[in-house]
Amino acid sequence: MNDTILSVRNMKVYFDVRDDAAGGIFPKTKKLKAVDGVSFDLKAGETLGIVGESGCGKSTLARAIIRLVTATAGEAIWMGRDLLKLSNADMLAVRKDIQMIFQDPLASLNPRMTCGEIIAEPLKTHFKGMKKAERREKVCAMLEKVGMDPAVINRYPHEFSGGQCQRIGIARALITNPKLIICDEPVSALDVSVQAQVVNLLMQLQADLGISLLFIAHDLSVVKHISQRIMVLYFGNVVEIGSADQVINHPAHTYTKKLISSVPIPDPAIEIERRKIRRQKRAAALG
Amino acid sequence: MDILDVKNLSVTFDTPDGDVHAVRDVSFRLGAGKTLAIVGESGSGKSQTAFGILGLLPKNGHASGSVRYMGEEILNLPEAEMNKYRANKIAMIFQDPMTSLNPYMRISKQLTEVLVYHKGMGKREALRESIRMLEAVRIPDAASRVHMYPHEFSGGMRQRVMIAMSLLCGPKLLIADEPTTALDVTVQAEIIDVLIDLQEDLGMAIILITHDMAIVAGTCEDTLVMFGGNVMEYRPTIDLFETPQHPYTKGLLEAVPRLDRDVKTLSTVSYGFLEGDEK
Amino acid sequence: MNTQTEIKGRSLWFDARRRFFQNKAAVGGLVALTIIVLISFIGPYFAVWSNEEIDWDVMGSAATLGMPSFANGHFFGTDDLGRDLYSRVLQGTRVSLLVGVIGAGISVLVGTVYGTVAGYVGGRTDQIMMRIVDILMSIPFMFVIILLLVVFGRSLTMLFVGIGMLSWLDMSRIVRGQTLTLKNKEFVEAARATGVSTPTIIRRHIVPNLLGIVAIYATLLVPAMILTESFISFLGLGVQEPLTSWGALISEGAGTIRYDTEWQLLFPLAFFVVTLFSFFFIGDGLRDALDPKDR
Repeated sequence: MNDTILSVRNMKVYFDVRDDAAGGIFPKTKKLKAVDGVSFDLKAGETLGIVGESGCGKSTLARAIIRLVTATAGEAIWMGRDLLKLSNADMLAVRKDIQMIFQDPLASLNPRMTCGEIIAEPLKTHFKGMKKAERREKVCAMLEKVGMDPAVINRYPHEFSGGQCQRIGIARALITNPKLIICDEPVSALDVSVQAQVVNLLMQLQADLGISLLFIAHDLSVVKHISQRIMVLYFGNVVEIGSADQVINHPAHTYTKKLISSVPIPDPAIEIERRKIRRQKRAAALG
Repeated sequence: MDILDVKNLSVTFDTPDGDVHAVRDVSFRLGAGKTLAIVGESGSGKSQTAFGILGLLPKNGHASGSVRYMGEEILNLPEAEMNKYRANKIAMIFQDPMTSLNPYMRISKQLTEVLVYHKGMGKREALRESIRMLEAVRIPDAASRVHMYPHEFSGGMRQRVMIAMSLLCGPKLLIADEPTTALDVTVQAEIIDVLIDLQEDLGMAIILITHDMAIVAGTCEDTLVMFGGNVMEYRPTIDLFETPQHPYTKGLLEAVPRLDRDVKTLSTVSYGFLEGDEK
Repeated sequence: MNTQTEIKGRSLWFDARRRFFQNKAAVGGLVALTIIVLISFIGPYFAVWSNEEIDWDVMGSAATLGMPSFANGHFFGTDDLGRDLYSRVLQGTRVSLLVGVIGAGISVLVGTVYGTVAGYVGGRTDQIMMRIVDILMSIPFMFVIILLLVVFGRSLTMLFVGIGMLSWLDMSRIVRGQTLTLKNKEFVEAARATGVSTPTIIRRHIVPNLLGIVAIYATLLVPAMILTESFISFLGLGVQEPLTSWGALISEGAGTIRYDTEWQLLFPLAFFVVTLFSFFFIGDGLRDALDPKDR
C-alpha cells in the first residue's frame, strides 16, 4: 500500500455535446460519458499501460488526472492528497512531479522556441530562482541523457526529425525529475524504426530513474512490451486490468479477446491461420 | 498475362531546391488475382509509386520507365485516356475515405452515379447493384443505410463504402494506400478480411501499400520493401518473413514488438547498409 | 560542456525572411516604399519654397506660371494659391504615412491583446468581449468620425482618435480566431500541464505564433488607414491648413483640373498609388513568406 503513488477512484468525466438527433431550433445537449467510473492504482516505478480504441476515453482520463480537463466526479489520490481538490497553488507544486509526453512530436513543441528554451520551460516555471547558466547546464545534460547532441540546443523544432522531436519532448518531461510521466500515445505518430528507439529510451530511462509511467496507446503490442500491468478501456469503462502476461495471454473479457485476436502478427503462417479462425467465427455467427 | 508489369519506374519532383528522386527504378509484376504489398516508412516513396502508376502525380512530378496494364503501356497517358483506366480497370482507395466521398451527397447517389455513368445502368438496377456491393463489404442493413450521408457512417464503415464504390465497375486491379492506418485494430482486421474475401470472390489483383509489416504477413503473396525511393527487397512474403535478406527488412521485422513474443529490448534498424551505397 | 561549438538554429523568421526576399514583387514594393519614405524626410532639405509660403508671382496664373519647373524652384509646380506643390506633397506624405502607421500600430496593440485574451480565456468572457466588437462594428464609423471632427474641430489628434477606434476591430477578430486554434495545440497543453501561468502562456506561446498573421494584416491595414484618412480629407474634414495630406491634395488637384493644372492632381496621386501598391505587394509577400502551410 505504501508504494502506491497514484490511486484513481471512480473517476468520471462527462462532456456536454450537442445532440444532433434531438432536432428543434435550439441545440439540445446530451451527456457524453468519456470516462465513466474508472479506478486503478499505480505503484512507484511501475508502468501501467492503458489500451483502448479511439474514443474510449484513455486520453481524457490522463488529462483529467492532471486537471487539463475537469473531472465530473471521483478522486485522484496522489501521495495521500486528492489532486482534484487541490488549490491551484498546491497543484502547481504537484505538477513538478507529474509530467506528460504527447502524441504529435512536432505539434507538442512551440515552433518559435529553440530546443533549449523548450526543455528549460519547466525549470523556469518550478525553479524560478535558478541561474541561467545552471539551467543551461541541466538542459545540456538532459539532451545527452535522451541521446542527443547538446550542440543542437539553439535549433528550432522544424529542424529535427519526428523521433528527435519526441526525444526533446521526453527531455522536457524529465527535466524536473518527476515521479510520474503520463505518456499519451508517445510513439504512434512515429515510423516503426524510430518507434523502437523511443520505446527503448523510455524503458531505459525508467529503469535508471525509477519513475512511474502511465503509458497510453492503442497499439497492444507496444503496450505489452513496455508495461508491467495493463488496463483495457472500452467506452469509458475498465473492462480488464491485470499483469501484462495475464491480460495478453489469458484475457477474461470478450472485448479484450477480440482486441488481441485483431492485432496482426508479423508471421505469415500464424496470420493466415488466425484469419481462417476469424472467418469460421463469422460464418458461425451468421448461422 | 500479368495484370500489371512495372519496369524501372522512377518518379522525380522539381522543387526550388533541385530535383528530388522520390522513386528510383522500381520494377515488379502482378498476376491476375494476386496481392502485392509495398511496405515502407514515411518518405520511402511507396505512395508516390502508386501515384506514378496512375498518373496522379502533382504538376511538378514526372514518372519515367514503363507501366503495362494487360500488356498496354499506360504510363504518362493523356489525362482523358487515363481516366478510362482509373474508372473501370484500376481502382484506388486512400487512407482517408472522406477525400473521395462527397459529404453533401447521399451514398446511394454517389454509388449509382458511378454505375449509371460508366455502365449505362438504369437507376433502379444501379441501386440494386449498389446495395449488393455494400452487402459484399459487410455493411449491415445495407438496403436502408444506402440512403445515408457519409458523415453518418463511422470511419470503418466509410472505408467499406469506399471499397464498395471502387469495386462497382469490377476493376481488375485495386490499389489500396494505407487503407486501415486511420482505423482501430479491430476495425482494421475486419476491413482487411473484407478485402481479401472480396479478392477471392471477384478475382481482382491488389496492391496494398502500408507501413505495417504485420498486416502484410497474412494477406499478400509478394512483398516489396522500399526505403528512400529504392527497392530493398522484393520476394514472396513467406520467404521474406522467414529469411529476410536485406538488413533493412530484417531491422523492420525486429523493431516491432510482437504480441506473441517477449523481448527485453527492441532491436533498432541499423542503417549501416546505406554506407557504400551510391548516394 | 559549453566549450563545444553550438549549432546556430534557423528560426522560422529566418526562413520567412529568405522566402520574402525571393519574392520580386514584394522586394520591389519594399524598395519603392523605402524611397518614398526617404524622399518625404530628406526631400524638404532640397526644397526652395516651404509648404506655407505663397509665391506671389505665380498666384492667380497657376496654369501658366505655376507649371513644374526647376528654374523657379517649384519642382512639382504650385497649387492654385501659388504654394509650392513639392513641399506640400512631401509634407502630405509624412502626414498620410503617419496616419497609416499609427492606425495600424493601434490595431496591432489593442487588437492583439484584446483578441488573444478573448480567445484564450474563452467561455463567457469571450462571448461578452466579441459581442462588444460586434456592436462597435455595426456602428457606421465614417459617420462617427465625421461627427467627431465637426463637433470637436478638425485636428490631427481627433483624426487619430477616430481611426484608432475603428482599426483594431478586425484585427481582434482575426487574432481571436487564430488564438482559438493555437489554444488546442499540444505545445500549449504541454505548457499547461507543466503549470505555466496563463499570462506567461499567452506571452510565450500564443503571441509569438500570432505575430506572422498580425504582421501580414498590419501591412494590409496601413493602406486601409491611409485610404480612410484620404477619404475624410477629400471631404474637407481632415487635417487643417496649412498642413495637408494626400487626400486633401488629391481633392484640391481634382477640383482644379479643368484649369489645365493636371500636375496638381498627378503628383500627389502618383505618391498615393505607388505607396498603396507597395504596401499591398509587401503584404502579399509577407503572407507567402509566413504561410503556415510551409511549416
